[in-house]
Amino acid sequence: MRLELTVNGRPHSADDVWEGESLLYVLRERLGLPGSKNACEQGECGSCTVRMDGDLVCACLVAAGQAEGAEIRTVEGMADPDGQLAPLQAAFVEAGAVQCGFCTPGLLLAAEELLERVPRPADADIREALSGNLCRCTGYENILDAVRLAATRTPDAPAPTRTSGLTPERRP
Amino acid sequence: MGVVPPPAGLTQRAGAGQGTEGGVGTSPQRPDGVLKVTGEFAYSSDLWHQDMLWGHTLRSPHAHAEIRAIDISEALTVPGVHCVLTHADLPAATHYGLEFQDQPVLAVDRVRYQGEPVALVAADHPETARRAAERIRVDYVPLPVVHDEASATAPEAPVLHPDRDDHHAEHVPHPNVVHVQPVVSGDVEAARAEAEVVVRGSYTVGMQDQAFLGPESGLAVPAEDGGVDLYVATQWLHVDQRQLAPVLGLPPERVRLTLAGVGGAFGAREDLSMQAHACLLALRADRPVKMVYNRYESFFGHVHRHPARLTYEHGATRDGRLVYVTGRIVLDGGAYASSSPAVVGNAASLGVGPYRVPHVAMEAVGLYTNNPPCGAMRGFGAVQACFAYEAQMDKLAAALGLDPVELRQRNALSQGTALPTGQRVDAPAPVAELLRLVKARPLPPERPWEALDGGGLPTVDLRALPGGLANTTHGEGVVRGVGYAVGIKNVGFSEGFDDYSTARVRLAVTAGEPQVTVHTAMAEVGQGGVTVHAQIARTELGVGQVSILPADTRVGSAGSTSASRQTYMTGGAVRNTCVAVRAEVLRLGRERFADQHPGWSDAELRLSDGAVLAEDGTVLAGLAEVLGDTAIDLELEFRHRPTEPFDRVTGQGFGHVQYSFCAHRAVVDVDVELGLVKVVELAAAQDVGRAINPQAVRGQIHGGSTQGLGLAVLEEILVGPDGTIRNPSFTDYLIPTILDTPPMPVDVLELADPHAPYGLRGVGEAPTLSATPAIVAAIRQATGLDLTRVPVRPEHLARG
Repeated sequence: MRLELTVNGRPHSADDVWEGESLLYVLRERLGLPGSKNACEQGECGSCTVRMDGDLVCACLVAAGQAEGAEIRTVEGMADPDGQLAPLQAAFVEAGAVQCGFCTPGLLLAAEELLERVPRPADADIREALSGNLCRCTGYENILDAVRLAATRTPDAPAPTRTSGLTPERRP
Repeated sequence: MGVVPPPAGLTQRAGAGQGTEGGVGTSPQRPDGVLKVTGEFAYSSDLWHQDMLWGHTLRSPHAHAEIRAIDISEALTVPGVHCVLTHADLPAATHYGLEFQDQPVLAVDRVRYQGEPVALVAADHPETARRAAERIRVDYVPLPVVHDEASATAPEAPVLHPDRDDHHAEHVPHPNVVHVQPVVSGDVEAARAEAEVVVRGSYTVGMQDQAFLGPESGLAVPAEDGGVDLYVATQWLHVDQRQLAPVLGLPPERVRLTLAGVGGAFGAREDLSMQAHACLLALRADRPVKMVYNRYESFFGHVHRHPARLTYEHGATRDGRLVYVTGRIVLDGGAYASSSPAVVGNAASLGVGPYRVPHVAMEAVGLYTNNPPCGAMRGFGAVQACFAYEAQMDKLAAALGLDPVELRQRNALSQGTALPTGQRVDAPAPVAELLRLVKARPLPPERPWEALDGGGLPTVDLRALPGGLANTTHGEGVVRGVGYAVGIKNVGFSEGFDDYSTARVRLAVTAGEPQVTVHTAMAEVGQGGVTVHAQIARTELGVGQVSILPADTRVGSAGSTSASRQTYMTGGAVRNTCVAVRAEVLRLGRERFADQHPGWSDAELRLSDGAVLAEDGTVLAGLAEVLGDTAIDLELEFRHRPTEPFDRVTGQGFGHVQYSFCAHRAVVDVDVELGLVKVVELAAAQDVGRAINPQAVRGQIHGGSTQGLGLAVLEEILVGPDGTIRNPSFTDYLIPTILDTPPMPVDVLELADPHAPYGLRGVGEAPTLSATPAIVAAIRQATGLDLTRVPVRPEHLARG
């Protein structure tokens, strides 16, 4: 089948997509966007977390066809086009929240979604929001630090609408 | 578009200002950090080649079976399949292994564990390869399974490796015993009369999985010279190359490995997984071949932590002085040896823990069984022992009516103490002090779930309770416990192993500025070695801009990223090489500038902030001036001081190069009605000798502690008596989430080891040891139950 979707504000299409393929496979192997990771392919680890029309999803559990026409946001879309890191990305690097880094893309998107909903989260909020993302290296303390740090740098703005996680300037 | 390459060289700039910034003792950002947060860092599973095929492995469904025949004809007819390989297609060596070459590349006439590779397929889509593999017909005849010590060592037990010719074979009591290591000191029989209080216990440690997140994967690309280039996630490029070359029938120089991005390791990447398979397929198909395990396959595709049964007897005087310890540790190594002999050596030699014990009789045994193969995992034999000896110390404290920390401190070893192996600890060993540090921390508040709502009225925050938002309790039936533990771990490879690392360092002027390039074969598996190497180069050469080249086999071996050894060993190699480069800089400078400034005769010249400084701080010349067009490029090896094998009968010997120590205090809340545990806080104190990168040190202690927490209450591969794995998925094998993991305050001591580079002490493993027994001790205190196995599960706790 032919699949058309928007990823990080840019239209993409893929031909000859096999019906059993996941959105994760399409992103990684067909669209050349391997930032979303493949650690369990069972929706348990959150390494493949992306945003589909603003909602957090495990891309491994989304059948490719379900993403037809959807707006997808992956880790590749977080930094500004000129390379300026998003506050969360910078905070993860600064706080030592990145070790092997395999969980990092998924954690970043989950944390982004949290900070949009709850700009000043308590630790319990952060833990709840990130509980679907496994990290095997850091022990999570530095990840908590990174989200706290990013929260201090995030404007206390109202949450955007749930229909799109994309900022206007990143729309096609 | 050709190959999507693994991470290119990582360059990081630091410096300007007073001295050279970003050196040893600071916490500069990781040079690969930005790539990792933007999704640009290419892990081994991200590699891509326009012509690549996908490889797939057919694995045995049986734990033990004879193979009568393999028929691949139907698989070959599947459209999109390029080749199918079995043992009959192997060009050269048929077996490999880290210590013994006992593991078949592809099963020949017998499989010895569930998941053993039997055949390989390369096809143009991963699903095509998988479906073709399902059409391979293998005629199995199931054989009796040996699954524990009794069944493996029974007189009539099937012998798993009847043709053993390894160096332990003639010394073991049964051919299904891989290795036995006794450690005997003093006279336990005589000491029994001296002991006033004796405690005995039997303990069980379940099979833990490393559960790194990045699955086994890599890309093999056939080369024009008939060789192969392999881009792969591994812990030791050169040991992979050493094992691969004979299997591929190629000289080592035509088996070139480059480290691809590694998503964690923890020991599981020490053994080969897909390396030989991808190379064999690529050479046969004459096309690049990528292999990526999914999580299910990953549980079969790597070795696990040895499950263990341990029996101990501790004898002490009434005033709490250890008189003797006896112990027997049985480690299930599964179907192949992997690193079991070294795990046995560690368990035996570290089996009494960080304590002074005059009379010791320990024995550690490693078994061959039809269970999943076990090998290296963080803590490597010391984890299992620590769970048991620390449980014994608590039991002894209770029998003596002593505080458990006080008992440990009275017996704590310190610098100068002789271990049961006869080896004297010749570096700081602040065991008592580490315990004091964790005990001195203020305790977290009781009943943390009792919160006040917006109106100031008392309310229950379910998130702080065992079970969390599952809303299983509002606090009734929840009891608190506090537990302590401390452990001892060796650093680096032991027992006479020729442990070395190599570093190549180049100093040259680029665009008018001095730049250092560091090239090693060290596997960066997430621990942060790339950061540390840049820090060391900055400190030794006074240059801010340091590039780290990709790790590959074009430079000498760095040894394994394991045994907490890389900062010591490859860090040591980078330092030594930088020192030699510095000497060459100074020689050049004297040659070129000595007649212009008398300061060049100063014996104490330094390099700092891109310049050569006299002892008094006078700038003699910029490095760019000294070097001009000259590039200094040196490659040197670094070795730690030699160790020696343990005596086969007594276990005596200078077996370990360095020891590291970590203590934990765990605070838990237990819902005794439902058997649910919430770890409230896990405090650690560790001596790291010198914190080369304090942020990375804390990260290692947090990560190691969390894996210890996992072993205490969550993580176990369940293996049935038929040798099959019951829970090979992240749905059923539970690793700690951020909700399972508590705040983890850390105290770091820096008592320099005079034998180590910068006085440093390997960090990564020690916290994994003591976290587990500290948590279980806390659960025992909370519940009054005599818990003797980990992980502790709800059914062990719930009161009927």
